[in-house]
Amino acid sequence: MAKTKRIITILLRLLAFGATLSATVVMVTSHDSAEVLNLKFTADYNNSPSFKYYVIAEAIASVYGLVTLFLSSKSLVDRLIVILDVVIAMLLTSSISAALAVAEIGKRGNSHAGWLPICDQVPKFCDHVTGALIAGFAAAILYLVLNLYSLHVVLAPLCPAKP
Amino acid sequence: MALQSGETLAMLVGNIWSKPRSRYWTLLGLRLLAFLAAAAATLVMALNKQTKTFVVGTIGTTPLKLTLTAKFQHTPAFVFFVIANGLVCMHNLVMIMVDLVGSKFDYKGLRFPMVAILDMLNVALVSGGANAAAFMAELGKNGNSHARWDKICDKFGAYCDRGGGALIASFLALASCFSFLSSPYLNLSTRRPIVLFLTTIINPKPQTIFISMDCSNISHCICLVFQMYVLLLLL
Repeated sequence: MAKTKRIITILLRLLAFGATLSATVVMVTSHDSAEVLNLKFTADYNNSPSFKYYVIAEAIASVYGLVTLFLSSKSLVDRLIVILDVVIAMLLTSSISAALAVAEIGKRGNSHAGWLPICDQVPKFCDHVTGALIAGFAAAILYLVLNLYSLHVVLAPLCPAKP
Repeated sequence: MALQSGETLAMLVGNIWSKPRSRYWTLLGLRLLAFLAAAAATLVMALNKQTKTFVVGTIGTTPLKLTLTAKFQHTPAFVFFVIANGLVCMHNLVMIMVDLVGSKFDYKGLRFPMVAILDMLNVALVSGGANAAAFMAELGKNGNSHARWDKICDKFGAYCDRGGGALIASFLALASCFSFLSSPYLNLSTRRPIVLFLTTIINPKPQTIFISMDCSNISHCICLVFQMYVLLLLL
């Protein structure tokens, strides 16, 4: 029972670590430029505070994931890890929603505010950002599943045979 | 020795609820704060609208006027903000009622961790909504020179101010939601039965009370979550 719990937890944490790491890397390497009417138009993740926050949040989550992969389940920081899992899940949901909000504006524009979409001029950047957002979304869902699993494990420690 | 849920659990629940302590009221107060803050955020953003008339040119002597309206529906992030805060508000209201009249419930099966699971989903929802709207508001306030997006807060100042107020309320709701989600793990309150249950299980000392629960596989848990929420809403 403890072994199963440990295996599933490690598997979930490994997947989440992979997802956050790939989200960070893909977003950092997104870069494209276009020339429109003799104006050089570069798109980089640094140009938007939302994408910068996304990179920072995913980096923090991947470092946390790496650290907790190597901690055993019966150490003294067990309770702290549960709380920190909730905090990191909250951080990931916030970063993905912020990046999605800005990316949606970049893709469809906002006619009421006079904001034109930019994905036609820099398609490579848009594809890169889409990939990073998908990875980040998967990471957020994995952390939520991890939290629910920790809760389930904590609340049903010695699951008897079903009646 | 495994006790059947219902018998001793009712005694445990009744014992705890007959003597409310100050920490119980602290947690209830936090939930009330979260409910009020989320309600305020929803209302302020939903009623956020500003109309302004601009003069864009003149034909002869008559000026050409253009009327522009800033509404929250124009931005999908703000629509998500309103919906998320509305759901959070409703959830907190239901949980307050559970806290107040909870001594009459029988905590069979999944109803015990139900509150913790829903609180977790609650926190994720409100954090997503608040942050999406925060970054959209930052974009409206500062614009983005690289993408040639102009700022709009200099023209629609009242709209921006109201949106900012709604955001502050939503972050307050987020802080209090997170506080009572993590309070059992921090032992801030040891008198509520759910908290007592969680602390007895997490505590490594040997315990004599094991409660048989109907959540031995996780998909069963997740299916029951939504069933129970609907049931709670109907109560």
